[in-house]
Amino acid sequence: MDFESIRKRLAGDGNLTGKAYWRSLEELADSKEFGDYMHREFPSQASEFSDPAGRRTFLKLMGASLALAGVGACTRQPVEKLVPYVRQPEELIPGRPLFYATAMPLGGYAYPLLAENHMGRPTKLEGNPEHPASLGGTDVFGQASVLNLYDPDRSRVIKGHGEIKTWSGFIAAMQGAMSAQRAVNGAGLRILTEPVSSPSIVAQITELTQSLPDAKWHQWDPVFGTVQGGATSFAPIYDFKAADVVVSLDEDFLGHGAGQVRYSKDFGSRRRIGTPNDEQNRLYVAEAIPTITGAKAEHRIAVRAQDIHAVAAAIAGAVGVSGSMAGAEAAAGAEEFVKAAAADLLAHRGRSLVVAGERQPAAVKELARAINDALGNSGTTVKYVAPVVASPADGVASITSLVSDMNAGKVDLLVIFDGNPVYTAPADLNFAEALGKVGLRVHVGMHFDDTAELSHWHVPAAHYLESWGDAKSFDGTVTLIQPLIAPIYDGKQTIEVLAAMNGNLGKTGSDLVKEFWAESLGTEAAWRKALHDGFIPNANAPAAPAAPAAPNEPANPAPAAPAAPAAPVDGYEVVFRPDPTVLDGRFGNNGWMQELPKPLSKLTWNSVAYIGVATAEKLGVQNEDVIEIASNGRRVRVPVWIMPGTATNTIGLHLGYGQTKLGRVANGVGMNVYPLRTSMAPWFVGGATVTKTGETYMLASTQTHFNMEGRNPVRVVTAEEYKHEPKESVEKLGPEVPPRDMTLYQNFEYTGNKWGMAIDLNACTGCGVCVVACVAENNIPVIGKEQIKKSREMHWIRVDTYFEGSLDAPSMVHQPVTCQQCENAPCEQVCPVGATVHSDEGLNDMVYNRCVGTRYCSNNCPYKVRRFNFLLYSDFATEEIKAQRNPDVTVRSRGVMEKCTYCVQRISHARIDAKTEGRDIRDGDIVTACQQACPSDAIMFGNLNDPDSKVSKLKEQERNYGLLEDLNTRPRTSYLAVVRNANPALDKA
Amino acid sequence: MAQQGFPEGDFRAPVPVLTPGQGYTSITDKLTSIVFTSHTPMAWFGFVAVGFTLVMGLMVSLTYVVLKGIGVWGNNIPVGWAFPIINFVWWIGIGHAGTLISAILLLFKQDWRMSISRSAEAMTIFAVICAAIFPIFHTGRPWLAIYWLLPYPNTMTIWPNFRSPLIWDVFAVSTYATVSIVFWFTGMIPDLATFRDRAGHPVMKKIYGVLSLGWRGSARHWYRYENASLLLAGLSAPLVLSVHTVVSFDFAVAILPGWHATIFPPYFVAGAVYAGFAMVLTLLIPLRKIYGLENIITMHHIENMAKVMLVTGLIVVYGYGCEAFFGWYSGSGYERFMLMNRMWKGPMAWSYWALLVCNFIVPQLMWSKRFRRRLPVVFLVCMFVNVGMWLERFVIIVTSLHRDFLPSSWQMYHPTIWDIMTFVGTIGLFLTLMFLFVRVMPMIAIFEVKTLVPESSPKATAVGDGGAH
Repeated sequence: MDFESIRKRLAGDGNLTGKAYWRSLEELADSKEFGDYMHREFPSQASEFSDPAGRRTFLKLMGASLALAGVGACTRQPVEKLVPYVRQPEELIPGRPLFYATAMPLGGYAYPLLAENHMGRPTKLEGNPEHPASLGGTDVFGQASVLNLYDPDRSRVIKGHGEIKTWSGFIAAMQGAMSAQRAVNGAGLRILTEPVSSPSIVAQITELTQSLPDAKWHQWDPVFGTVQGGATSFAPIYDFKAADVVVSLDEDFLGHGAGQVRYSKDFGSRRRIGTPNDEQNRLYVAEAIPTITGAKAEHRIAVRAQDIHAVAAAIAGAVGVSGSMAGAEAAAGAEEFVKAAAADLLAHRGRSLVVAGERQPAAVKELARAINDALGNSGTTVKYVAPVVASPADGVASITSLVSDMNAGKVDLLVIFDGNPVYTAPADLNFAEALGKVGLRVHVGMHFDDTAELSHWHVPAAHYLESWGDAKSFDGTVTLIQPLIAPIYDGKQTIEVLAAMNGNLGKTGSDLVKEFWAESLGTEAAWRKALHDGFIPNANAPAAPAAPAAPNEPANPAPAAPAAPAAPVDGYEVVFRPDPTVLDGRFGNNGWMQELPKPLSKLTWNSVAYIGVATAEKLGVQNEDVIEIASNGRRVRVPVWIMPGTATNTIGLHLGYGQTKLGRVANGVGMNVYPLRTSMAPWFVGGATVTKTGETYMLASTQTHFNMEGRNPVRVVTAEEYKHEPKESVEKLGPEVPPRDMTLYQNFEYTGNKWGMAIDLNACTGCGVCVVACVAENNIPVIGKEQIKKSREMHWIRVDTYFEGSLDAPSMVHQPVTCQQCENAPCEQVCPVGATVHSDEGLNDMVYNRCVGTRYCSNNCPYKVRRFNFLLYSDFATEEIKAQRNPDVTVRSRGVMEKCTYCVQRISHARIDAKTEGRDIRDGDIVTACQQACPSDAIMFGNLNDPDSKVSKLKEQERNYGLLEDLNTRPRTSYLAVVRNANPALDKA
Repeated sequence: MAQQGFPEGDFRAPVPVLTPGQGYTSITDKLTSIVFTSHTPMAWFGFVAVGFTLVMGLMVSLTYVVLKGIGVWGNNIPVGWAFPIINFVWWIGIGHAGTLISAILLLFKQDWRMSISRSAEAMTIFAVICAAIFPIFHTGRPWLAIYWLLPYPNTMTIWPNFRSPLIWDVFAVSTYATVSIVFWFTGMIPDLATFRDRAGHPVMKKIYGVLSLGWRGSARHWYRYENASLLLAGLSAPLVLSVHTVVSFDFAVAILPGWHATIFPPYFVAGAVYAGFAMVLTLLIPLRKIYGLENIITMHHIENMAKVMLVTGLIVVYGYGCEAFFGWYSGSGYERFMLMNRMWKGPMAWSYWALLVCNFIVPQLMWSKRFRRRLPVVFLVCMFVNVGMWLERFVIIVTSLHRDFLPSSWQMYHPTIWDIMTFVGTIGLFLTLMFLFVRVMPMIAIFEVKTLVPESSPKATAVGDGGAH
């Protein structure tokens, strides 16, 4: 070791600068041994450390190899060309729906609609606000029919003699059969349709029957056009806006029928009173089975359907209808009702209205007309016109004559359009057996159902949202149907098949309809405007020989002399009614409709026998007990549902259940009551016998308790009380509400928008369309009967029904309940993960992604409006249904809580629009789905910070109250109390 | 032990904890032989077989629940909580006795606790394990609930909602479980060392050696051990009160009639101790028989526990009285209806009366010394209390929920087979864990029991000296 050189280095001779520390003498000496040692210690990189160039190389290599490793990991990406539209489809903006006017044909009538279209998919139907038959509202069928379009069980292929065939194969077969018919003037040709009002279809059929004069056109629909006791030559169109006193004789004008929506609007306008002094109408109802119309009545009596005639006659006598009816006796127990109603009618001449049951014999309808004529109501509150539906044949007579022709072997070719007569035809006709005697049977329908199975040919029919067409609404307005989507399964429209039978091959539905209207509309612009509006105002159908003339003008044929009531038959009376949700069974495969609680009973997924309390006591049965009903040697077994207010000894049966061939939803659900229904008595029949079988059958109702327990969730005041003490009379019905400043914290100030809702219970009819509209808008799943039975229904809005008063003659009230969007929301505080939180506009937001599903929020919700996905309820497996879903609303998965959002997606749309246009959201920009669909305008939504908004005005009314407001939840939804305008002469209370 | 000046036969005079005639060796031999024996009692196999079968059922039902969703249970709207939460509260309540015995009785210097404290602590831990299954699996999405309920920092800066009693629950139960396990394990260290020394098989020696953490029994070890015990006891004592208080908040904080009651915290704590002691007795009565421990777990123990049960049971009954009184006194129509529905008019009124029979009427037998000393009677009373405490939670949770504010939402509740399988499965899990514990761990605190032997008394001069000894 060279100490000398070390000393030199330490003395500053070398490169050392500053305070130098040395670790070892070897280092100081910078000896080779030290260098070797360093290499041994860090053998691999030692030289790199000391060699700047080497280190760089090292880093370069590392970088390069990393980059190469990255490259090596790449697979070749598929070429995707992202190019914008060269020409953007007009108005089609992704994320923004388009609305088209169209209409749903049902029973021959048009139900005007606006269809919401997302990127070519119809997702939601709303009422056409400009059409007089809708004014924006819809009925439950209109809302639900969009799901029929996506029904996975629709028939998809043409079948001929059991094999899959082509359209041209079908045409060839038809041409053969038709040419044979041409040789005999069509003597063996029969066409069976549902009632038709479509001018274009009528024109096609007319062309056919003109060229083949011996061919016959029959019509059958188990609900529409099916009459008992003869058809009338006129049809009434009511104006409930003008009527102060309404007497309904077994007519459910608020719950069923082509005019339901408009009638509910007009009737509701007389119930949405603005001030305590507003005059409200008064409704008297005599009916056999409680309906929602009966529930709205101030005075309702339960009489057997066969006694309605006597009630009508008694009223006619009391109001002095000329003829022999004076002094006619009403059914026992109805005297007081008749007296009061007649007195009220007489006191309101020209402003009253008697409505006769659609399912009552012609004599009752004629009596009602006679009363209206006598009271001077005809022309003010009602006008009588020729029926809107073409060739208004008595459907029963029509199918009876068809069956007799079939049995006589006269029919060689039968073409059945829509409908399922094998299932629905009167039992005594034995339609299926007669069908076997027809040479060639063709069925055009949406499902491969019972009738299709017995037919030689089956052609899948197009849904109306896939079709061009036209139809008339109940008031005769010609309404256009335009497609929202090309036929998904290559379905054929009625008009296309008819045109093909006429030899007009190759013409599409659009050509046929447009050609038909081209002449009368003249210009293309007029056609486009009519399509845009959805209807042709004041237009009558172009002359079509078989069509009735001028339906808009009162035809006013003189009614026949009203017949005397027939003697009622004793024993049990069986009353048939179309089902409130599945109708005659055609909505059977629609899960929404199966799950929609039926008004009043709240039953789902079933048909039952409605019986009164007295009848139940007599029979010794309870809910779910199965009874056997026998009438004229035919028998059915049906479970019982005790419905207070059903006429004693009357059994109400609803059609449409117990299907076997329709599809996965409908098959095997409920009991089929068609086997009991005969052509003589399609609506009611006396003299039936009932026996208890001892069996039980599970029924699923969404509500099990119909008593308000003195809590008055629905507040009912009399018109008298309300007039004198408007505020007090409503307030005294509920507990004290805590003052807003009784809190340690500062109340939150809602400075911007403050959303709120008001529901007018006086206008609400309880029809349930808000429920279906909400289901369609918010992608609410269908869960099935078992789950409903377990009380796990998913509807975000429900219609609660409460009964009050005696068991035999209860009064009924409805209350739609959604999330009340409480300002002091009990649910928000208890959620452990903060999945439900408050927005600064006062919405109680639900964050699905954050929800872990403790259900604490639901336990703490006093309104029990929260819904939980106990299982995987949303259908992620059925591809067909996915297209219906609203893309603006999350499809919820298993294990999360959900509830009404006040249609937050619609709020967001309105907010974006307002922002784009640089303005505030205007009153009326946001219409929630339930509000939009409501036919009686009972629901109002808007900004509570805007004192001029409609909802603010409603909330200023004296009858405004909050549900369970005494809990200090501060609900944003409030209710307007029911005001009963009872007749003092009848009001025993 | 000295007589402390009480006359002969005075009831206040301390009673010897152990049967006379026990010595260090005899106790150690007796208690280690439970584990180091090749003759496992047949009853042990019987209990484990039953327990394990039920555990298999639990596995199946939990798997099914996770696969299908909690809809396989009977819960619905309005009854959002049912069996799972009833079971959770029931098990948590049972888990109260162990810590109470070892912590609170330690602080109160109750010697008799020593014979039963270890098994009671083990019971606590197993009960908490059974309880913890429910709040996790009862959620709709347990895979998320298991960590979203914890306040962990995340990129979304989302925290749990600290206003929710369920979050308080998470803290209360997890703290309780942690402290209980630490306390239990710390207490076992000297005994594990004894096992290590007695184990014959080298593998066993190794295992017990690791578990005993190098315990040599030096004076310094003992000094630190005693300090740690006291500290942990001090830490656990408030937890005994806090856990069930917080659990009761789940209900008391809600606005539901039948839940919203200020009496809940003390009433729940008393109920928990009640249930806990009943369960300790339920387990120890057969155990002391199977293992012949009558000299260590004496009738004196049984009697003491029966007395605690009687007292806490009466506090619980006082709670029922308070609930009823305040329901009426509140003047609220909803509260009054709830009482009528719960006791008289509702479809589930039977459960309220069954609960009173189980929790109020039958335990009154324990006033009698004769019955307290008759094992079949005590065992039967305990079974009644076990059932009664479950029914109490059923009454509170299900009957309050099934009929709340709006009559339109009133519905019935029906449990399903999966509800029952899950519940019974946790009983099986509890039994299995308990018997496994008895088989391989010191189920009685050997070193502590030895302090009860006269020799260990500082005043003892010779074996057999001191009158009663």
